[in-house]
Amino acid sequence: MAWNQKVLRVDLSNGSCVNEALNMRWAKKYLGQRGLGSKYLSEEIDPTVDPLSADNKLIFVTGPLTGTCASTSARYSVVTKGPLTGAIACSNSGGQMGAELRMAGWDMVIFEGRSAQPVYLVIRDDKAELHNADGFIWGKTVWETESAIRAKHGDSQMRVAAIGAPGERGVLFSCIVNDQHRAAGRSGVGAVMGSKNLKAVAVRGTGCVEVNDPDQFMQATNAAKAVLAEHPVTGQGLPAYGTQVLMNVINQSGALPTRNARDVQFEGAENISAEAMVEKRATDNKPNLVRNAACFSCTIACGRISQIDRSHFTVKERPEYWKASGGLEYENAWSLGAANGVDDLEAITFINFLCNEHGLDPITLGATLSAAMELYDVGAISDKDCGGIKLKFGDARALVQMAEMTISGEGFGKEIGQGSKRLCEKYGHADLSMTVKGLEFPAYDPRGVQGMGLTYATSNRGACHVRSYTVGSEIMGVPVKTDPHVTEGKAELVMAVQDATGAFDSAGVCIFTSFGWTLEDLAAQVDAACSGEWTVDKLVEVGERIWNLERKFNLAAGLTGKDDTLPKRILKEAARTGPAKGMTCRLDEMLPEYYALRGWTKDGVPTTKTLNRLKL
Amino acid sequence: MQQCLNIDPGKCTGCRQCELGCSFAHEEFFSSSRSRIKVFDLHDQGLFVPYTCTQCADAWCMAACPVDAIQVDADTGAKTVDTGVCVGCKVCTIACPFGTINYVSATGKVAKCDLCGGDPACVKACPTGAISYIDSDTAGFSKMQQWVDKTAAQHNVQT
Repeated sequence: MAWNQKVLRVDLSNGSCVNEALNMRWAKKYLGQRGLGSKYLSEEIDPTVDPLSADNKLIFVTGPLTGTCASTSARYSVVTKGPLTGAIACSNSGGQMGAELRMAGWDMVIFEGRSAQPVYLVIRDDKAELHNADGFIWGKTVWETESAIRAKHGDSQMRVAAIGAPGERGVLFSCIVNDQHRAAGRSGVGAVMGSKNLKAVAVRGTGCVEVNDPDQFMQATNAAKAVLAEHPVTGQGLPAYGTQVLMNVINQSGALPTRNARDVQFEGAENISAEAMVEKRATDNKPNLVRNAACFSCTIACGRISQIDRSHFTVKERPEYWKASGGLEYENAWSLGAANGVDDLEAITFINFLCNEHGLDPITLGATLSAAMELYDVGAISDKDCGGIKLKFGDARALVQMAEMTISGEGFGKEIGQGSKRLCEKYGHADLSMTVKGLEFPAYDPRGVQGMGLTYATSNRGACHVRSYTVGSEIMGVPVKTDPHVTEGKAELVMAVQDATGAFDSAGVCIFTSFGWTLEDLAAQVDAACSGEWTVDKLVEVGERIWNLERKFNLAAGLTGKDDTLPKRILKEAARTGPAKGMTCRLDEMLPEYYALRGWTKDGVPTTKTLNRLKL
Repeated sequence: MQQCLNIDPGKCTGCRQCELGCSFAHEEFFSSSRSRIKVFDLHDQGLFVPYTCTQCADAWCMAACPVDAIQVDADTGAKTVDTGVCVGCKVCTIACPFGTINYVSATGKVAKCDLCGGDPACVKACPTGAISYIDSDTAGFSKMQQWVDKTAAQHNVQT
């Protein structure tokens, strides 16, 4: 139990929807969600396929806790081969969608092939069918798509995950948005969905999720909820301020990449911080933040609901944006704000709304815009290239205009839509792309937080903060404080967090629980929910197995240890201000030790011994 | 003393723990559709509203039931459905002006909030105190208090 033991296989090439049994042998080895989805993908596709071809597959996968009352058990992941990186991609989303899939009776949906016509999938409990999207929702926004599907199928409770027009056109950092503003955000999974001519997935589940030992499960989940309620991060910081609680903290730590990482501190950080979001605006006497909100079953409720100032230039003439919607999280406030030197809170909230409405990853969008601003600054692109826009750091109007051009695909927006790696290469400044393996790094500068350098360099989906969030330890002191400026011990820390994260990401719960929960807390809940014995050791083993499985996929896809690196700027140009002044990221002090700890060769290849130990 | 569920939408984060607590207490599984309390998402206003039966004293559902399957729990005042008697005719679902009693096709009976015998699972599951179980005769007291505090604060500012 816990797993529904049902997989929906949708062949978009011939339109069939087939119900098949979940491979329980794999479920026991990979738990669910990220782990199980990655196992299915590696078994079913050739790692060298073109990510945007019919040969790639797209997997929506839940965890065994998804849809239960375990706190934060809202999660599902989208697993595929990523178009930005050519590496395995796995993007995790919350909201209501994952739980709805489980209540409809499924664990995962595998999309294969490519539809000749634009289609969308409707799942109503055990019934699934493809419908024509052409002349209906193709070309529409994510928000319009949700309303149109609900109206057409007469069900206001249907949950919809969709791509916007940029995803249809193949913008490489398109995401899949569900429940208006929760997203499988990174790695361009929306572009893969678009390449398959699949516009949306709509789900309505009236069934239930059952657990193996109900009494034990209630005890374990209640105890775990108490841990979250009592922890200062999950019980106070996140509900009150959201992830934006970090803006001022990271800025003061000298780890806030600013103006395409030219600097590590932003003079306007305060204006785009959590504290600024709750302050009443001079213009209308209302704060940007309306309230906090939770994903399904989440007792933390870090989500932000914001309302843009009606007199602001972005929405003055556009009342359709006056409503409340998904507000800024820290990564987005950084990518759209600090990364571009923009401190206009309302402008970046507006672009965040647009990202949700049209299905774009705000991290890569913001980071690519900041790379473009630097290209403009160094004279590699001109006003003419930008369609007359003066793309200067700090210019909120230019930022908004270019974001809108990226969405519409007009002019230079088309170049932005390829991500910063391709953009910077095209204009002869490959070094100005702040990416690892083609994915833009998020809101922590490795010069000020050394562990994050190793995290980005080794992350299997390209630069990513949620594969091993060592900021927890290095800045916040959770669970134990380590010095962010030293490299000693970081290889071990990164590896431990990577493996633990693999377990959290495969169970169906949110990684933010790991601020409060140990693996003991997670194991107690998984063990009560699932058949079989689930101990801490087993979860760590599952996490390590997943990490090596993903690594194996990437090596087979053509990546090598040489790709485990950082942008030159981070390795060579020292931080100019703040506590990390004078420092670069000393990746070379950490990487060899990391490979050794992992049981990999000095070139970063898992040894046969390691693979055998993990039964890979 | 009779108690009732008191709902404060301002405190609701939309997490649906109440729905999960409700379905688990009655069915031993997790199911939003089988919950007798539902959370509505007024997205554009940034508001979540939990909604369930208010246990009318003179209940439409009870009056409409042709087989007297709906009874009053003597301890709590809840209107409860005797599933052994209910024939699934759905007349109560038509009679209830609030929509809080519903037919369940899986069982062929109707289901509604029964206050869990005086220890409501939704209240215990709510992480923010948006749902409480309080003395029905003074349910408005906390709202009165809020207005008193607000008025007092304004008074202080003016003087």
